[in-house]
Amino acid sequence: MPATPLIAYAHVGKSFDNGRVVAVDDVSLDVAEGEFLAVVGGSGSGKTTLLRLANRLIEADRGQIAVEGEDVSRVDPILLRRRIGYVFQSGGLFPHLTVAGNIGITPRLLGWPQAEISARVDELLDLVRLDRAQHRDRLPHELSGGQRQRVGVARALAAKPRIVLMDEPFGALDPLTRDALGDDYRTLHRELGLTTVMITHDMTEALLLADRVAVMRGGRLLALGSAAELARNTDGYVGELLRTPRRQAERLGALLPRDGTA
Amino acid sequence: MSDPRWSEALAHLPDYLGNHVRVSVAALALGLLISLPLAIIARNRPVLRGALLGLASIVQTVPGLALLALFYPLLLALAAVTAAWLGFSFSAFGFLPAVLALALYSMLPVLRNTITGLSGVDPAVLEAAEGVGMTPRQSLTMVELPLALPVMMAGIRTAAVWVIGTATLSTPIGQTSLGNYIFAGLQTQNWVFVLFGCFAAAVLALVVDQLLALIENGLRNRSRIRAALGGLGIAALIAATLVPALARPHARYVVGAKTFTEQYVLSALMAQRLQAAGLPTTTRAGLGSNVIFDALAAGDIDVYVDYSGTLWANQFYHSDIRPRAELLSELKTTLAKQDITLFGELGFENAYALVMPKTRADQLGIHSIADLASHAATMSIAGDYEFFSRPEWAGIQKAYGLSFRAQRTMQPDFMYAAVASGEVDVIAGYTSDGLIAKYNLVTLADDRHAIPPYDAIVLLSPKRRDDEALKAALRPLLGKIDIAAMREANLRASGNDASSSPDAVARWLWEKVGPR
Repeated sequence: MPATPLIAYAHVGKSFDNGRVVAVDDVSLDVAEGEFLAVVGGSGSGKTTLLRLANRLIEADRGQIAVEGEDVSRVDPILLRRRIGYVFQSGGLFPHLTVAGNIGITPRLLGWPQAEISARVDELLDLVRLDRAQHRDRLPHELSGGQRQRVGVARALAAKPRIVLMDEPFGALDPLTRDALGDDYRTLHRELGLTTVMITHDMTEALLLADRVAVMRGGRLLALGSAAELARNTDGYVGELLRTPRRQAERLGALLPRDGTA
Repeated sequence: MSDPRWSEALAHLPDYLGNHVRVSVAALALGLLISLPLAIIARNRPVLRGALLGLASIVQTVPGLALLALFYPLLLALAAVTAAWLGFSFSAFGFLPAVLALALYSMLPVLRNTITGLSGVDPAVLEAAEGVGMTPRQSLTMVELPLALPVMMAGIRTAAVWVIGTATLSTPIGQTSLGNYIFAGLQTQNWVFVLFGCFAAAVLALVVDQLLALIENGLRNRSRIRAALGGLGIAALIAATLVPALARPHARYVVGAKTFTEQYVLSALMAQRLQAAGLPTTTRAGLGSNVIFDALAAGDIDVYVDYSGTLWANQFYHSDIRPRAELLSELKTTLAKQDITLFGELGFENAYALVMPKTRADQLGIHSIADLASHAATMSIAGDYEFFSRPEWAGIQKAYGLSFRAQRTMQPDFMYAAVASGEVDVIAGYTSDGLIAKYNLVTLADDRHAIPPYDAIVLLSPKRRDDEALKAALRPLLGKIDIAAMREANLRASGNDASSSPDAVARWLWEKVGPR
């Protein structure tokens, strides 16, 4: 692990409604360069708030957050967001813009020349495995859910960010699409040398895709580590979260013979 | 279409339509200029949003005619203030008050739809706009406004139709519009004009609505051609109405007329005399009686006919009644203080009079208002829109102890038919009205002189005080029009045929009273 983490949370706190609702409570967490971190927790656990603090969609009340070594409270939030990719739940595509318009939005905001944006859009369509000719000029409502989310990923990658934040990106997809998209993204993450933080409520998905998993509950960071490290955790809630993937794996293992000669 | 009134109506179309389009477009543009930024500012501020929408709704409940009429005195006062403090004045007549009132009227649909459209944008999309690194302004222009556009355009289209419709009501405050057809037609029972005006306004509203729809469609489907076609159509409409206005020689003299038949005839007569004398002249007909005097004083019109008793009571708030000659000379002095010239009397009186069917009056033995008093408790009376609030009515009631069972307000031209048919028992009519003879009605004598004299007098604006050419052109009319001639002229003008247009009747009247 390199000396400076790419994202570093230090004693970060955030509450809403004048302190009545504590969303994130004294969380310290480092994300190393090239790491794929999944943040798992139920609704209200503070995982989405934690993610948004990183690109200042939400401002922290307490503590410090550093991105690429810089204290985020000292950088222009607009510029910060343009250099961090963000994948929204169920796409968050602009309904009035074509696929190309959606993918090229951040480069456009950054003032790239039109030709360069156009070339980048083609490159990204290839990258997320969407046919250029077929999809370039379509509107979001003409796409399937999986295609929309591929466009969402392409949009996040358009301005060549080092960091990608993902807010339950595959949650609304059917299992097959979800699996394919997860795998495809994992490949992109590795090939492009990205640093990814992904929010999910699905422990199985987190374990399969991420290098490390952070477990949040009630705004606190409950556990953090690789699958093996989590397995050794003694916390009851962590154990409960791991029970489902474990049981699934056991039953599937029994049902599907390893050599495939069923 | 053999009826010459159609061609007469058509001849007015470039002028009326042009003015109508100009005032509507200016009002709509001003309304949008105010409403759109306000809506954008208010969209995230619930208190401001509520206040704005509430205010706009209240404006909407004010009848269009009243709203237009209110702007006239308001601007007049404002003009007086700017004249006193800033050294310049502006015309509170016609275009400006009409544009302001109509702009105000257009605000509700634009505000409401813009706010609705903007607040209807999916929060997830707004979040995405922020997340990809848009500034609030970029989010507004690149995401929120394009998404709200269809709803906004629907509001703009509603506003356009409202403004074009309501603009017909700007005639009484001196703005020429397609309403001139309607007001003139209603007064002179020229149904061809009324229909023509309504039809023209409806077609204009429809055309503008469709052009805006084309723009909306083009913007929504990113079809530059359609949007450009719509824009081009609107621009062509404006240009087409501007060209004749620019080509027309600028009239130097403006003759005013109030909103009843006699005034249309007399203004046509004066305009004909001025043009015969080689003075380029236009008429501004259908002006509200509270507007017309101020318009003359401000120099927005140059000449019109008023009635001594009307000025005495309404303009100068006298409640006492003087003998005819004394009232006239007093009035002349008072008017001179405002630099307005009482040029002379036309020779007839158009006084209020209590009128009822002759046969009924004979049956009941009613010949004077005093005779009426004992029957009044079982009778109903109708008057024009202002009569019952005028001091004369209070004077009559007091002098004769009159108390009617019911009191109704009516469009003057319908009153006579109403009393003739027994719909009401008595009306407060006008002595010069030709319908008195037509329906076989009688005017009841005012033995106690409760009704002041109403000599028809020609008034000149301050800047025409020493205009000898104008005076020479109008002098042949002074003292020449007696009550019989005016009654007949009014009767002719109230007819519903080709020879009853104010212009035709004015020519007839000149034949009768002019020098041979």
